[in-house]
Amino acid sequence: MKTYTYTEKKDTRSGFGAGLTELGRTNPNVVALCADLIGSLKMNDFIKENPERFFQIGIAEANMMGIAAGLTIGGKIPFTGTFANFATGRVYDQIRQSIAYSDKNVKICASHAGLTLGEDGATHQILEDIGLMKMLPGMVVINPCDYNQTKAATIAIAEYEGPVYLRFGRPSVPIFTPENQKFEIGKAIQLTEGNDVTIVATGHLVWEALEASKVLHAAGISAEVINIHTIKPLDDDAILTSVSKTGCIVTAEEHNILGGLGESVARVLATKLPTPQEFVGTNDTFGESGTPAQLMEKYGLNSAIIVEKAKKAIARK
Amino acid sequence: MSKIKHLEDICTQVRRDILRQVHKVNSGHPGGSLGCAEFFVALYNEIMDRKETFDMDGADEDLFFLSNGHISPVFYSVLARAGYFPVEELNTFRLIDSRLQGHPTTHEGLPGIRIASGSLGQGMSVALGAAQAKKLNGDNKLVYTLHGDGELQEGQNWEAIMYASAKKVDNLIATVDLNGQQIDGSTDDVLPMGSIKGKFEAFGWTVLEIEAGNDLEAILDGMAKAKAETGKGKPVCVLLKTIMGNGVDFMMHTHAWHGKAPNDEQLEAGLAQNPETLGDY
Repeated sequence: MKTYTYTEKKDTRSGFGAGLTELGRTNPNVVALCADLIGSLKMNDFIKENPERFFQIGIAEANMMGIAAGLTIGGKIPFTGTFANFATGRVYDQIRQSIAYSDKNVKICASHAGLTLGEDGATHQILEDIGLMKMLPGMVVINPCDYNQTKAATIAIAEYEGPVYLRFGRPSVPIFTPENQKFEIGKAIQLTEGNDVTIVATGHLVWEALEASKVLHAAGISAEVINIHTIKPLDDDAILTSVSKTGCIVTAEEHNILGGLGESVARVLATKLPTPQEFVGTNDTFGESGTPAQLMEKYGLNSAIIVEKAKKAIARK
Repeated sequence: MSKIKHLEDICTQVRRDILRQVHKVNSGHPGGSLGCAEFFVALYNEIMDRKETFDMDGADEDLFFLSNGHISPVFYSVLARAGYFPVEELNTFRLIDSRLQGHPTTHEGLPGIRIASGSLGQGMSVALGAAQAKKLNGDNKLVYTLHGDGELQEGQNWEAIMYASAKKVDNLIATVDLNGQQIDGSTDDVLPMGSIKGKFEAFGWTVLEIEAGNDLEAILDGMAKAKAETGKGKPVCVLLKTIMGNGVDFMMHTHAWHGKAPNDEQLEAGLAQNPETLGDY
């Protein structure tokens, strides 16, 4: 079994910051906007190098989304930065009308997604953003797994013409994808080969899925782990190819199971290849204050729960 | 023919277009559309420095954003009469498979439209982005907008109004259609807004007023003054006092025709008050 290790942990938001800095150097059309969260979004280096291409909007996210839409009309590629909650739910109608329906080339970049921003609690812990964004016609939804992949995704979306939601987070998580691996929107990455169960995960739960596969391997179960960094458009073929071999699947995401990756996978399977599926995610609940590790444990988002669900899925075959 | 007479002829035809569009599908918003006919006609035929052809980026030309998208009938008529698309297409207003959706959109590729509007309060933010893109691109042309007065009740406007002066977006002329009406009644009844002039001034804008907002000469004069105020470090607001339903006597001075189409008899009466000038579509 292929195993993955890491030597360093880093926050995925820093991957975004690094990607944006690189774009600042390579693509003169890229502009950045922020609603009073420069430090949290790691936008400092871009701003230092390109002050004229940065727009501090103040605490006014609705205005930020509209301004971003307008900037595209002069040929700019705007990257907006704020927390996931304020980048989606707070400004849903602005995104819907001025960006998605208006076909504007805006990159909505959202940090502090999910529970693991930690102590700030439920007001800031959005677990519905993937659902909100994937429902918008034409919106691409990306949730990379580590620092390197977030950096690569940030760079890749500048080359794509159309609205994109890029989701990342605050906690330090293992860096296990290769540096400078090309990011292909909509192309799942198979990380391990297995015959007994498919585990598809998104965001930093991909690492948890890899940890789970080690435990399963020790118990004589071979798991095929797939990194679904792009939730929309979903790589249907990668999922179908894998489950046609393994016969069951676990989906894992730091998001409400209502409306998230799992439901997208279930739709594919229900229409093309009905397969036993188990869901790892939060279940119709708000979050609360706590450390990221405590929250992942309490809300069932870690490798232990993935192991448990994998065994359950296998038993249902 | 004098310039004003020529513009008046276009206005008369535009009023006919508005009535005929909404009558055909028994839906749409004639009241606000009629009230702004002179403004649109002046804007597209005299005030804006625009290219004959349409491209989304609109480099080196003035841009216009309609924030109160429900007055699409006047926008569509003026765009068609200005040559952006065939006037015959006005026949498809609000019909299935049409580019002339109930509210304006880029989604069907209608030339002349750069943003979807209809959900209120979003246009000024978009215009600010376009205006700042022009500055980044070294493009010294202007960005114009139109907003309803009732629309100013949407909070996003005030985020945008605050931002515009803070960032010295002085290549923007935002016009507010002060007709004093909204769906549920007069703006003073629904939610009194106090002095809109005072509010814009308090937010650091240069404010001009056009008292006779349905008089072409007053509009041309007022907008020329507004243009002269651009480039001075402040965004410019024009308060345009219009009469809802202007040019069709039974639709004037009331909110009753905000979103209601005329019946057959009412259409004939309205058209009789506005004899054909450029030819119906």
